[in-house]
Amino acid sequence: MSEWIDGTAIWEIVVFGLLAGAGLPAVFAIGVRALSTPGTRHMKGSQDQLVGGSPAGMAVAALCFLIVLAAIGYGIFIIVKSGHAH
Amino acid sequence: MSNDIILALVIVTGLSFDFTNGFHDTANAMATSIATKALKPRAAVGLSAALNLVGAFLSLSVAATIASGLVETGLVTLTVVEAGLIGAIVWNLLTWFFGIPSSSSHALIGGVIGSVLAAAGSHAVKWQGLVSKVIIPAGVSPFIAALVATVGTFLIYRIARSMREGSRSRGFRIGQIGSASLVSLAHGTNDAQKTMGVITLALIANGTIPAGATTPVWVIVICALTIAAGTYSGGWRVIRTLGKGLVEIESPQGFAAESSSAAVILLSTHFGYSLSTTQVATGSILGCGLGKRGAEVRWYVAGRMVVAWIITMPLAGAMGAVCYYIADAIGGIGGIIVDLVLLAGVAGLIYARSRSTRVSPENVNSEWTGTVAPPEPARVPASP
Repeated sequence: MSEWIDGTAIWEIVVFGLLAGAGLPAVFAIGVRALSTPGTRHMKGSQDQLVGGSPAGMAVAALCFLIVLAAIGYGIFIIVKSGHAH
Repeated sequence: MSNDIILALVIVTGLSFDFTNGFHDTANAMATSIATKALKPRAAVGLSAALNLVGAFLSLSVAATIASGLVETGLVTLTVVEAGLIGAIVWNLLTWFFGIPSSSSHALIGGVIGSVLAAAGSHAVKWQGLVSKVIIPAGVSPFIAALVATVGTFLIYRIARSMREGSRSRGFRIGQIGSASLVSLAHGTNDAQKTMGVITLALIANGTIPAGATTPVWVIVICALTIAAGTYSGGWRVIRTLGKGLVEIESPQGFAAESSSAAVILLSTHFGYSLSTTQVATGSILGCGLGKRGAEVRWYVAGRMVVAWIITMPLAGAMGAVCYYIADAIGGIGGIIVDLVLLAGVAGLIYARSRSTRVSPENVNSEWTGTVAPPEPARVPASP
């Protein structure tokens, strides 16, 4: 933008920041919610039971957690790669 | 010979700064996880220390950039570096005492700029670099982080609103451990590099290694170990302000805040736009308070932090300049030793004062009553 303000960098950080910093947590939240969907495991035990036992819920949860882990792994890979290129 | 002694003193001072950098910033990664009890205090600082250590080896892109774009490196002498480091350490100790999460990077930059101004005058500072690489990013980073954390918090509460509170807390506590770990890793890739850069600069200034040389492996190893040790010692005062003082945090909020911090810090490193870890973390925690309806944000605490951020560079700079004048007036090794004795005295005073209002893993989560140190429970009078 100018030599004083690096508008491009700010813009990139905002967009990718929203995707990675708000989007991925939302995917994780979908996973947590899906995991707790009531199913075969009855919700009568402790109050903080996390796994509901619904097969569909567990599948969605697994997919969500995989997406999050893959994104984090990719992110670290990029950082390590660019960090040792100099 | 005398130069080598000065160099050794500069390296020791640099590592002291690295240590304060570690304990000053533990809060950035771990304050929210400690506040929501996702992790026990000791486990949190241990995990953070280990990941800082790993992070310090992951990326070397930040090393040596700290001074080169901001001051004329040709005018930097060992005495300048030493005085700047001392100014930065004193500022870090003062802000730690008051439990204020101020930027260690700004303290370091301020200290070095102050001493270089005192040594060589204003032409030695690259003012445009200072504004575009430090001051503007400092102004925008809390807003970017707050925006990301606000959106994240809002989405998470939307998605998880039908969940029972118990399972929700448990699920997001696990998420918090992951996201806080990433912030620790990011901190290692960022802040450990800054001391490595300064020590490399000192080695070049002394002619020990040629200009343009990369950071020697032994420098990387000791800096990584020192920042990890500092992290493990856990700046409980700052942890308390960030975890309990600013916003009352639930685990979904803590998770959103740390995810935002991790993403913004790692992205800024990647795009070569260096942001302050502390300001990003603080902005994220504010955002997680804004994104949840009905959450209490204590604006007076945030206001105090902003004041501290604004005065960090000028005051660390002033102290760097004073240290330079003292060292220069006395000259040689003697001047640097006098500076170090003064530093030890000030550090000892601050530490002694902090003992009477102690914040520890045991009382770090006490309810916020407006002071850094929680009021002491009534003591049983000691036997005569």
